[in-house]
Amino acid sequence: MTKTFVSYNNIISSLGFDSETVVDNISKGISGLEKKEDVSLLPEPFCASIISSEKIKEEFNKIADASKYTKLEQMLILSLGKVIEASNIPLNEKVGLIISTTKGNIDALEKENNFPKNRAYVSELGKTIQNFFGFKNEAIVLSNACVSGILAISAAKRFICEGKYDHIFITSGDLVTKFILSGFSSFQALSAEPCKPYDKNRIGINLGEVVASVLVTSSEENLPKEAVEILGDATCNDANHISGPSRTGEGLFRSVKSALKEANITAAEIDYISAHGTATPFNDEMEAIAFNRLEMDNVPLNSLKGYFGHTLGASGLLETIVGMHSMKKNTLFISKGFDELGVSQKINIIKTNTPKTLNTFLKTASGFGGCNTAVIFKKTNN
Amino acid sequence: MVSLNGNVFFSDNVEDFPTFIKSAYKFLKTDYSKFFKMDNLSKLAFLAADALLKKENLNEKENNIALIFSNKASSLDTDRKHQASIENDAEYFPSPAVFVYTLPNICLGEISIKHRLYSENSFFIFDRFNAEHLQLYANSLLRNGKAEKVLCGWVDFDENSYDAFLYLVEKEGKIEHKTEEITRLYNIL
Repeated sequence: MTKTFVSYNNIISSLGFDSETVVDNISKGISGLEKKEDVSLLPEPFCASIISSEKIKEEFNKIADASKYTKLEQMLILSLGKVIEASNIPLNEKVGLIISTTKGNIDALEKENNFPKNRAYVSELGKTIQNFFGFKNEAIVLSNACVSGILAISAAKRFICEGKYDHIFITSGDLVTKFILSGFSSFQALSAEPCKPYDKNRIGINLGEVVASVLVTSSEENLPKEAVEILGDATCNDANHISGPSRTGEGLFRSVKSALKEANITAAEIDYISAHGTATPFNDEMEAIAFNRLEMDNVPLNSLKGYFGHTLGASGLLETIVGMHSMKKNTLFISKGFDELGVSQKINIIKTNTPKTLNTFLKTASGFGGCNTAVIFKKTNN
Repeated sequence: MVSLNGNVFFSDNVEDFPTFIKSAYKFLKTDYSKFFKMDNLSKLAFLAADALLKKENLNEKENNIALIFSNKASSLDTDRKHQASIENDAEYFPSPAVFVYTLPNICLGEISIKHRLYSENSFFIFDRFNAEHLQLYANSLLRNGKAEKVLCGWVDFDENSYDAFLYLVEKEGKIEHKTEEITRLYNIL
């Protein structure tokens, strides 16, 4: 079986424009979430993590003409460009590209948007990124709700193991748009205050925009210190409801079981869980039930939504990168926003930054359509 | 028209999708009340899957059939409806029943619920039908024991055009699972 690794990585977020800066800010307990009042985005006040378009444009103009690219395209190109450069891999026939997004340039549908309406096709977004860097292979766009970012890692591993590619670059991102805010608001799922995953007083999610990029590779050479090996992965549907999680956590339970089986390790060998934790009452409860069924109630766990909000198609990849750096630093980061347990089953939420030798971590995500994904990573000790 | 294994078993000359899909639903005797709440993409995917899976004698409790679907237009048909409901401040009425369908993989959830599939799901977007990547992904799932069977294909709905092409992959069968064969079958349509 081919080994696969998550290697070079980048995060562009309101907490910084590279992984190290972002992780440093997390370790200081800084959140990118801010309360907003902007009726052009949502009639009522909301709380979100939004990146300044001006800052992005300023950075982007150093490499190309920003006026030709949407904000999301500029972010994806900036982020992916840094990863390609750091990896020093020539973009030949054995190099693939996966783009993970739920809504892509959906703002191109807005009346006042200056870009042509066909920019709203995510296949167009794929072509734009592919052509900018000159990838030899067609971009593979993955759009599978809120598991997209972590499923992209699983998909990259699978395509590499089938022999088609030696390396796959993944870039992922979604914007905080009127489209998304109005939709989540119509579900009454938004919190106007910073979100509180797993907390007794949690009321809902915050949205956030982030772009995260990584290299997934079969090569053990030239890996950065934070690189991890992908040990096992799985995606399972709840077969229960399209917009509500399973009451028994069935899909998440099965995904983790299947990933553990492939990794050939037991639940007790997982040092840390980077969970989904959106801070909606149902999601967090479902996760607590699933982790108890898995006998993982003592494994230290956090949700990073308190730092970035829910970043949709980027969240799984973003949180994997933070997990990699967490392992490198042998530090468990606080699950921001959490004070008092508010789920029916005990789980071990990280309350203070804690030094701990970390060798293995589990990343999970769940989303609309009943999908759940779990991936297990191991430190490479480079 | 609807065909299964190369045989046309339902055709209707109507142009508009709602009439067509309703007649096909009746013809297939798919008795499922949730069908009428679905958006166009989900109705199309759901019915195509139902036509195929009906013949499989599925278990009532659970089945391990992975779903690997793809298209070009993602969920844009419903995205445009949601956008229209928020475009003007005077007529601002976003609806959760519409918004939930602004993700292409929702149709995978609908199929999974109906056929009790606690299995792998993945929705890819390509500029055009991409047999190679569906084939690679299905192979990976079968090889690693992640799925017993894989339902793959293309389900696209955009403005007035729509098409669905699904095929079931398993370890034994008459047609070899390779890119050329998948492309050949797709092009027969």
